[in-house]
Amino acid sequence: MNDQLTRKRAVIETMPTVLGYVGIGITVGIVGRASGLTVLEVLLMSMITYGGSVQFVIISMIIRHSELLPIILATFLVNARMILISMSVAPYLEQESVLKNILLGTLLTDETYVLSMNKINYTKKRLNFEWLNISNLIAYFTWAIASFTGALIGDYVGTPKKFGLDFALVAMFIGLLYLQIISEREIKMMLQLLVVLFTLLAIYIGLIFIPANILILLATILGCSFGVIMKNVFF
Amino acid sequence: MYSFNYVFTIIISSGFVVWLSKVFPLVILKKYKLNEKAVSFLSFVPITIMSALWFESLFVQHLGQLPGLDIENLVASVPTILSAILTRSLLVIVVVGIISLALIRVIGI
Repeated sequence: MNDQLTRKRAVIETMPTVLGYVGIGITVGIVGRASGLTVLEVLLMSMITYGGSVQFVIISMIIRHSELLPIILATFLVNARMILISMSVAPYLEQESVLKNILLGTLLTDETYVLSMNKINYTKKRLNFEWLNISNLIAYFTWAIASFTGALIGDYVGTPKKFGLDFALVAMFIGLLYLQIISEREIKMMLQLLVVLFTLLAIYIGLIFIPANILILLATILGCSFGVIMKNVFF
Repeated sequence: MYSFNYVFTIIISSGFVVWLSKVFPLVILKKYKLNEKAVSFLSFVPITIMSALWFESLFVQHLGQLPGLDIENLVASVPTILSAILTRSLLVIVVVGIISLALIRVIGI
């Protein structure tokens, strides 16, 4: 990564994350077909809902012929972390127009968000429309093409598990976490490690009584609160 | 199979909910400034979100009991972390992760 916020840099810096989307996109396609959705429905869900993990939740509820309202509620809860993400990136996009903000928000994902938070460590905390938009577009079309491909091959390959592709996204989380920790300069390394450990504890204990999908949001809020308190008291 | 209308209604409604959670804060925060406390809180979001998503994949949930370990993901995380430290390249990290898990399944840990 460097300090340039150009389209070209966006392509170069986003390409490594593409494999992560391909792996999980193909999986969502295969799972969608296996659950009785048509290829068109899988593609539309990836292009309109565009929610990553939330699509697995929705598919699992469609299988149970769930009503619309519970699905909407689950979507909101699983996806509510995007509210935090969007709030967090907002100050860096203030200078862009409302329309550009809407466009950027529409295609924002966990990964392009963390990638951009990684990027601002190299750009003196600057971010712009050109860079994030290209990053978002690459993610969006990779996701659409991958889930479409997954839906097409879904009838032939059976379980996607054996290829290790389901770990692609986890590997990306690990990579983005590590790159964020080493490039972040505002928060001391020790404090970051403490927050990571606290989050581990929150997830472990939370899993006892809170459904995993909702726990992500709760653990994030708890982890950030813990970070703020520790920063004020000890750092 | 399900009726196309049923699935399409779900796709559109969930898409709207997802879209609103991503766009609404961006538009509102163009008008209102966040105070210092909120900014400090949000500065922890990247590492906590990535940690939460990673750690959640290391456990198998049994509601009402202590979670079990997802041994495959746990073991595959080790070479993945090592490759992160050694290369700092996302591409290498993701490839090493995929190969690690595939190997673990072949060997049958």
